[in-house]
Amino acid sequence: MLILECPYCGVKAEETELSPGYEAHLKRFGPGSSPEEFEAYMFARKNPKGVHFERWRHTYGCGKWFLAARCTATLEVFGTYPAQVSEPPADIIAKIQARRPDWKGYK
Amino acid sequence: MSTRLARGGRLINRTAPVEFSFNGKRLKGFQGDTLAAGLLANDQVLVGRSFKYHRPRGIVASGPEEPNALVNLGSGGRLEPNQRTTTTELFDGLQATSQNHWPSLDFDVGVVNNYAARFMPAGFYYKTFIHPRPAWKHLFEPFIRRAAGLGKAPTESDADRYEQAYAFCDVLVIGAGVAGLKAAKAAADAGSRVILLEQAPVIGGRAPVDQTEVDGQPVEAWISAMESDLAARDNVTIRTRTCGFGVYDHGYVLADERVSDHTPGDGRPKHRLWRIRTGKIVTATGAIERPLSFAGNDIPGVMLASAVRDYVVNYAVSPGDRTVVVTNNDSAYQTALALKAAGLDVPAILDARGAATGPLPEAARAAGIRVLTGKAIAKVKGGKRVTGVAVCAQAGEGAVQEEIACEAVAMSGGWSPVVHLWSHCGGKLTWDETISAFIPDPKRPPLNHDGSAMVEVVGSAAGDLDLTGSPKAIPPVWVMPQGAPIQLRSKMWLDYQNDVKVSDVQLASREGYVSVEHTKRYTTLGMATDQGKLSNINGLAILADSLGSEIPQVGTTTFRPPYTPVTIGALAGESRGEIFQPLRMTPMHAQHEAAGAYFEPVGLWRRPYCFPRAGETHEQAVHREVLNTRQNLGLLDASTLGKIIVKGPDAGKFLDMLYTGVMSTLPIGKCRYGLMCNEQGFLSDDGVVARIDEDTWLCHTTSGGADRIHAWMEDWLQCEWWDWKVYTANVTEQYAQVAVVGPNARKLLQVLGGMDVSKEALPFMQWSDGTLAGFPVRVYRISFSGELSYEIAVPASHGAAFWKACTQAGKALGAMPYGTECLHIMRAEKGFIMIGDETDGTVIPQDLGLDWAISKKKADYLGKRGQERTFLASPDRWKLVGFDTLDGSVIPDGSYIIADGVNANGQRNVQGRVTSTYYSPTLKRGIAMGLLKHGPSRMGEIVEFNTAAGGTVKARVRDTVFFDKDGEKQNV
Amino acid sequence: MSEPVSALNGASFQGFASIREIGPLGMITLRAKGVKALDKAVKAVTGTKLPATRRIEVNGDRACGWMSPDEYLLIVPYAEVAASLASLANDLKGEHHLAVDVSDARAVFRVEGDKAADVLRKLSPVDFDKLEPGELRRTRAAQVAAAMWAQDGGFTLVCFRSVAAYVMGLLTHSAQPGSEL
Repeated sequence: MLILECPYCGVKAEETELSPGYEAHLKRFGPGSSPEEFEAYMFARKNPKGVHFERWRHTYGCGKWFLAARCTATLEVFGTYPAQVSEPPADIIAKIQARRPDWKGYK
Repeated sequence: MSTRLARGGRLINRTAPVEFSFNGKRLKGFQGDTLAAGLLANDQVLVGRSFKYHRPRGIVASGPEEPNALVNLGSGGRLEPNQRTTTTELFDGLQATSQNHWPSLDFDVGVVNNYAARFMPAGFYYKTFIHPRPAWKHLFEPFIRRAAGLGKAPTESDADRYEQAYAFCDVLVIGAGVAGLKAAKAAADAGSRVILLEQAPVIGGRAPVDQTEVDGQPVEAWISAMESDLAARDNVTIRTRTCGFGVYDHGYVLADERVSDHTPGDGRPKHRLWRIRTGKIVTATGAIERPLSFAGNDIPGVMLASAVRDYVVNYAVSPGDRTVVVTNNDSAYQTALALKAAGLDVPAILDARGAATGPLPEAARAAGIRVLTGKAIAKVKGGKRVTGVAVCAQAGEGAVQEEIACEAVAMSGGWSPVVHLWSHCGGKLTWDETISAFIPDPKRPPLNHDGSAMVEVVGSAAGDLDLTGSPKAIPPVWVMPQGAPIQLRSKMWLDYQNDVKVSDVQLASREGYVSVEHTKRYTTLGMATDQGKLSNINGLAILADSLGSEIPQVGTTTFRPPYTPVTIGALAGESRGEIFQPLRMTPMHAQHEAAGAYFEPVGLWRRPYCFPRAGETHEQAVHREVLNTRQNLGLLDASTLGKIIVKGPDAGKFLDMLYTGVMSTLPIGKCRYGLMCNEQGFLSDDGVVARIDEDTWLCHTTSGGADRIHAWMEDWLQCEWWDWKVYTANVTEQYAQVAVVGPNARKLLQVLGGMDVSKEALPFMQWSDGTLAGFPVRVYRISFSGELSYEIAVPASHGAAFWKACTQAGKALGAMPYGTECLHIMRAEKGFIMIGDETDGTVIPQDLGLDWAISKKKADYLGKRGQERTFLASPDRWKLVGFDTLDGSVIPDGSYIIADGVNANGQRNVQGRVTSTYYSPTLKRGIAMGLLKHGPSRMGEIVEFNTAAGGTVKARVRDTVFFDKDGEKQNV
Repeated sequence: MSEPVSALNGASFQGFASIREIGPLGMITLRAKGVKALDKAVKAVTGTKLPATRRIEVNGDRACGWMSPDEYLLIVPYAEVAASLASLANDLKGEHHLAVDVSDARAVFRVEGDKAADVLRKLSPVDFDKLEPGELRRTRAAQVAAAMWAQDGGFTLVCFRSVAAYVMGLLTHSAQPGSEL
C-alpha cells in the first residue's frame, strides 16, 4: 500500500487516505476540438511500465488534489507536487533523470 | 508409545495441569504445552486423515508448517476448523475433534480411496469426471464436494470480538530468535523505534533447543538477558503470539496477534490485526526442516527430526521409546543426542551421506549410537503407527538389508530458509549449492518508496543455518533410495495434506507439465492450507529431475501473503454488525423508526421507503401515502439532498461551466433546475440551484451525489481553473430539510406561522429566509411532485424538533409522512426524471427531452464537446417517452421493447427499454417512462415490452406527463 | 424555538478510556487565502492567531484549526455563531472568502484517559506517538472522515453528523475494557 506525501499539508498519507485520479498533466479539449484531439484527451490515457505522472486527492485529509511522479514497476516515488502546474517541476524531472537515466521524458 | 517424560520440558509448567478433550476423550496436559505436545503426551499418535486417500496421519512438525495435525477447535460460536495443533496453546477445557473421516478417526470408510490410489493419480479429477457431461453437475461434483475439504465450516456466528490497530516504527523485526534479537538490539542501539514480532508465545526461537550457548553465554541466560534489555527500552516494543504474515508496498506489514486464543471468552479480542508501517523490515524468520522422500514417510510416527527434538526438550514428550533417525545432514544428530539424553533409545542413525564426520556425528558415536552411513529407508513399516523401518543402501534400488523395530522415525532432508516475507513484495531468490536451498538474493531485494532495499534477511532465513556465517554443506537427497522403483515412489509423500506423491509429480512431467506453476495446479502440490511449507522444494526438485533440468531453472512458485492462514474475523476487524459500514442517518431518523418506517439504502443513507401502518403491506402504504399527499398533505424528510455552497466573483462563470444551463443570470432569490454532465456528455446529476446573493449560489444535488459532485467541483477548481476566484463548501449535513407537499401545504406553514408564504410573497421557484414556529428556516418553493410544495431547511440540531412541529400541526390538515417510493411515483406521474433510473451513464440530457435545460448560447460547458460526438448527435438514439399499457398493467422493471428479427447472437432485436415503471394510485393504472428509438415521433404507436416470465406487455407510446399537464396543482 | 440537540444527545461510554459526545459546538468553515485582513478577522472571532499548517490554536472554548491551505475551522460557543459570521463578514468585506456555519453538520467526541490514544490507534492510520501537541490531523476513522487533535489530556474528534452513531460504535468497540494495546 502506497504512501504519498501530500505537498500541501505534509502528511505522509497512506493510500486509504487518498483517492486516485489517473493521468496528470492532461490538456482539456472542449468544443471546437477535432475528434482526434478529443479522443486523445478523453480516452487515450498513458499506462506506462515505469515513470508515470498521476493525480491524487488527499480525500481524507486536506481535500486537495496533488500530482505524483512514481515508477509503476518498482513503486519508487520520485516526488509529489501541487496540481496547479501544466508540466512537472524541474526538480522532479532532475530527480527522475538521476534515478532513471534511460527515461525518455514525460510527454 | 508416545508419552510424557518424568523430567525436563523447558516450556511446560508441571505445577499447572490442564484438562482437554480430543474426540470426546478427556486428556491431561500442562500449561505451556501445545495441543500437539498434549496429544503426543497422551499417546494420541493418529490425529487425522489425509485429504484424498484418507490415510491415517500423525503429527509431523512442531510449528506453523504442520500439514497433518489439523483439528476442529471449540464448538458452536467458537468452532474453528483446520486449526494447527502445533501452534495451538493448550488451555483448560480445550475441545478438539479430528477432521476428514467417517464414521470415526480409527475406522474411516473413505480409506477405500487409499486402496484405489493407483487409479487416482495426479489430475485424476480432470481425467475422470469428464463424460458424460451432465454427470459432472449432477453426480460427480456433488460427490466430490461432499468428500472434499478438511474441516467443517462453522454454522453459528462468531462469538468473539476482533479488532485492528495501526503501528509505526523505523525498523520492524519479524522473528525473535537469536538473529532477530540481535537485529532488534542493533536497531534499538542506533536509536531507531523498533517493533519485534514473534509468532510463538515465547521468544528465543530454536536456539534453546539447537544450541548450548550464544556469544559464549549459556543460551537461556543470553535470551533472557536480551529480553529484559529490550523490554526495558522505550524505543522497543515486543509482541509475542504475533505473526507477521504479509509484506506489502512501501514498508507496510500485516501481522496477526492471537490475543486470547489461549484464554477464550475472557472478554479480550480473540485476534488483533496489526497494520504496521515501517521504514525497514528485518526478517529473522528462521528455516523449516525438510522431510525426506522415502516410502511410507507419512505413517504416523514419522516426524521431522527438529520436531522430535522440540517435543523432547520443550515439552518433555517422547515420540516413542525407540526412534530411528534418518538424515542427510548433521542437525538431525542433535535429535539423536537429545533423545539419548532423555533416556530414550536410538537404534540407529541412517545417514544418506557416504561419510559422517565432525563434532555431532562423533558425539553420537561417543554416546553409543549406531551410525550407518550411505544408508536409507527402503520402507517404513506400520499402518496407523510406525512399527519399524527397512534399511537399504541410498545408492541402490531399495533392496532391504536389515529391518529395525522402532516407534518413531526422525527425518531431516536439510533446511529451507523461510523466504516468504522477502518474496511477498518482489524480492528475488538464488539457489545456494552449499545448503541445497533457495536463499534471498541481497542484490535483488524488494524496493521501498525511495528505491532502497525494503527488506533485510538475517540468520537462518538468509541461509546462515548454524549462525556461523559459513554453513556446512548439505548434499541434496530428493529421493530415498536414489533408484527407488515406482512401487516405492508411489508411497513417498511430498505434500501430506493434499496427498501428492513423488510419482504424481513425475507423472505430471511425463504428461508435459514443464512449468512449476502449472505442475502445482495440476497435482495440487503446495495448494493446501500449509501452502507447501514442507513440500515445495522437494516437489520442484523432483520436477527438475524429471525434466532433466536444474532447480534454479525450474524456479519456485510465487510466495503470496498470508504466510499462515489468517482468520476472516481478524481481517474484518471492527467491521461487523452495527458498524459493518457507516450508515448515515438524518436528524429525524429516530422519529422515523418510532413511526415504523421501512428503510431503504440510498448510498450510505438510510431513508424511509414508506411508513406502513398496522396490517398494511408496503405497497398499500405507498399508495396511501401518494393519495394522501395528492389530496391532503405529505411530509418528506429530504435532509439527504445534497447542498453545496458556491461563492466568489467567478462563481457564476464556474456554474455556467458545470451546468448545461445558465446559472450566472439567475436572479437573487430565485431557483432554477440544472443538469450536470461528465466530460463525455453523459448526464451525471441534477438539482435545483438557488441564488443566495450577488456572489453566492446554493446547489442542490441528488441524495447519493453530494460528495461526488462536491469533489467534482473541487477537481475542476483545483486542477483546471485554479485562477478562478471560487470557494465551495458542502453543507449537506448542516440542514435538516422537510418537504411539505400537497394542497394543504401552505396551510401548514401558515399554522406554524412566522413568515408570509403566500403565492404573491413566495411564488413558484423562489426561496425566502424567515422563521416558522420560531425555527430559523429557509423555505424553497420547489416541487418534485407536481403539488403545491415547500422544502424547508432548518439547522440540523433543530431537525427533530421541527419535524415534530410539522407532524403535530399537520394532524388537523391530514398530514402523513411519506417515503422515497411515494416520492418516486409522484415524480413519475409528473414525468420528472430520476438520476439512476432514467440515466445509467450512457444517457445524455438530449435523450431525455431536456434540451430546454441546455443552453445553446454558451460556447462551452462540461460535456458539451462530448455531446457533439456523431453517435450522440444521431437521430437514431433511444429517446424518452411515456407509455400507457393497453390493459392498465404495470410493465415489469428492466423490460426491453422488442423489435423485429434477431441479432447476430440469435437474440431478439430491441428498440428501447423501460426506465421507470409504477402503478399510479392517482390514475389507478400502470404508468411508465422509457427510452425508445425515434420515440418522440412515434406518439400513439403500440409497442411490446418483454417480461421475465416470457410473455409481452403491449403499450401505447405517449408523452411523459401523466398527471396535471398544465401544472395547475403546483401553481396555486 | 427548541434547544439545539447534538447528533447523539451527549452519549457516552466508559471503557479503558472514556468516550463522550460533546456539543453542539459553534463551528464555522472559513475559506480564504492570501487575504490581508485574515489574521485580524480570525483573532476577532477566536482570540487566536491564524494557525500554521496542520495546527490548531486553542483559546479556552474557542479555537482555530488549519484544515487546508485555504480553509480554517473556527470553533466558538454555539450561540455566538451568527455574531461571529457577522464579524467575519465585516472584517473581510470586499475580500474573496467564504464563511459558513457548519455547527450542525458535525458531531464532536472527547476520548479521555491515560490510554486514550490506544482507542484512536485502532481506527486511524496515524502515528500518534509523533502527533505533536496542537497538531490537527485530518484522516479517517475506520471508514469515515475525521479530524482529531490532542487537548486537555485527551483527544477531540470531529466527524460528520450523519455518521455520529457509527463513530460512537467504533469508539465503543475500540475502548472495550481489556483491549488496551
